[in-house]
Amino acid sequence: MALGIGCTARPGNSRNNKTGSWRVFYPIMDTEKCTKCGTCQLICPEGCINQNPDKTYSIDLDYCKGCGMCAEECPDKAKAISMVKEEK
Amino acid sequence: MTMEIMEGSIAIAETVRLCRPQVIPAYPITPQTHIVEGLASIIADGRLDAEYICVESEFSALSACIGASTAGSRVYSATTSQGLALMTEVVFNAAGMRLPIVMGIANRAISAPLSIWNDQQDSIMMRDSGWIQLYAEDNQEAIDMHILAYKVCEDHNILLPAFVCFDGFILSHVYEPVDLPSQELVDEFLGPFNPYQKLDPKDPISFGMYATPEYYMEFRYEHDQAVHRAAEAIKKYGKEFGEMFGRDYSELVVGYKLEDADIALVAMGSICGTVKDAIDEMRADGKKVGLLNLRCFRPFPSTDVAKALAHVNTIAVLDKNVSLGAKGAVAIEIKEACYGSNIPVYDYILGLGGRDVRKKDIKKIVELAEKGEGDMFYGLREEVL
Repeated sequence: MALGIGCTARPGNSRNNKTGSWRVFYPIMDTEKCTKCGTCQLICPEGCINQNPDKTYSIDLDYCKGCGMCAEECPDKAKAISMVKEEK
Repeated sequence: MTMEIMEGSIAIAETVRLCRPQVIPAYPITPQTHIVEGLASIIADGRLDAEYICVESEFSALSACIGASTAGSRVYSATTSQGLALMTEVVFNAAGMRLPIVMGIANRAISAPLSIWNDQQDSIMMRDSGWIQLYAEDNQEAIDMHILAYKVCEDHNILLPAFVCFDGFILSHVYEPVDLPSQELVDEFLGPFNPYQKLDPKDPISFGMYATPEYYMEFRYEHDQAVHRAAEAIKKYGKEFGEMFGRDYSELVVGYKLEDADIALVAMGSICGTVKDAIDEMRADGKKVGLLNLRCFRPFPSTDVAKALAHVNTIAVLDKNVSLGAKGAVAIEIKEACYGSNIPVYDYILGLGGRDVRKKDIKKIVELAEKGEGDMFYGLREEVL
């Protein structure tokens, strides 16, 4: 994608500008352990955790910046999310 | 050509009127005040159809310039010293957003200690901001460079903002004969503002977005390339300006009796007039001294400087600024430009905070350079140290 002049952007440019590359750690969701409480979706500052039709959650790694809040806030009963170091 | 005797600031205000800016956000600060007062009067009298915005600070002034420019207007503002310092964040934004804003800088010292008098520290401190910087020797150059700056900045191959720098009080408050061009000629030279891109509800676009690490360096590279390209654009449009107005600006560096000189003085701004008079007197005494007047500090014309100074034995740089802990900023650049030539480059920091620089000072500096004594603050009052 060619750069625009003067740091300009048009609507929908986030489709091209993904922020997942910022990560050092990325989250892995264990849907078997997930209690479907939705805390991770509520807490995600990036809004990149989405509910699936079966009420489990998946994480969009194109935009997840690896802050780890979802793993931290996932209730003790489940601890369905773990952070894994990115291989770069 | 009709010569009129006018105060520099009023001549600049009248020239800005001829350039037909549509929005002028400005905040008065000595010694720039008469320019924005003049423009406010011009607009109030109905002589220019423009929006004059009385902002509450220089930060707001340039912010409003950015807003107006992104909306597709030709804009103008002017400031100096602490006002420019207050604008700093916005100065870098305006350049990075590649907006063709022209701003007059009535060069003045930077606090502390507080000084309203002239040196060039204010615009020099902005040398890394990505703005074009032009320096006027007299009021005629100051007004011509305003017109030229719009032409260069608005070229879609350049798209950069520009400072037109002229020494505060020495030029801004001095009455000199100037030739104000006709409205028809300026209209023909500039034409109406044709923005490369602008805010438009029918075609939404955001300006000044953030860039992730994957993109930031490329933006900076492209900005840098544009500043480098501006050198050729200034020469090209400076030549066109000369053909249309009779005053040539096709050179970024101008020599005075430099062809056969052994010693070259290098300077920017109004001090060049004093230097020329001193050179005439030294030439009469048989001293082969010449001047290299830097009209443009950014982009820095390294190649032109090296070529112009290739034959001299000694270079003495007159710096109306100091990069504290290093040297004068111009001297640093001249040394870089002449690297490998083995010509000694001596730096003389002088005229700070309005300290007068007279012909005898220039002659004394030449004597010091001949003896190999340089890299100093010239003219210090030892009794108060």
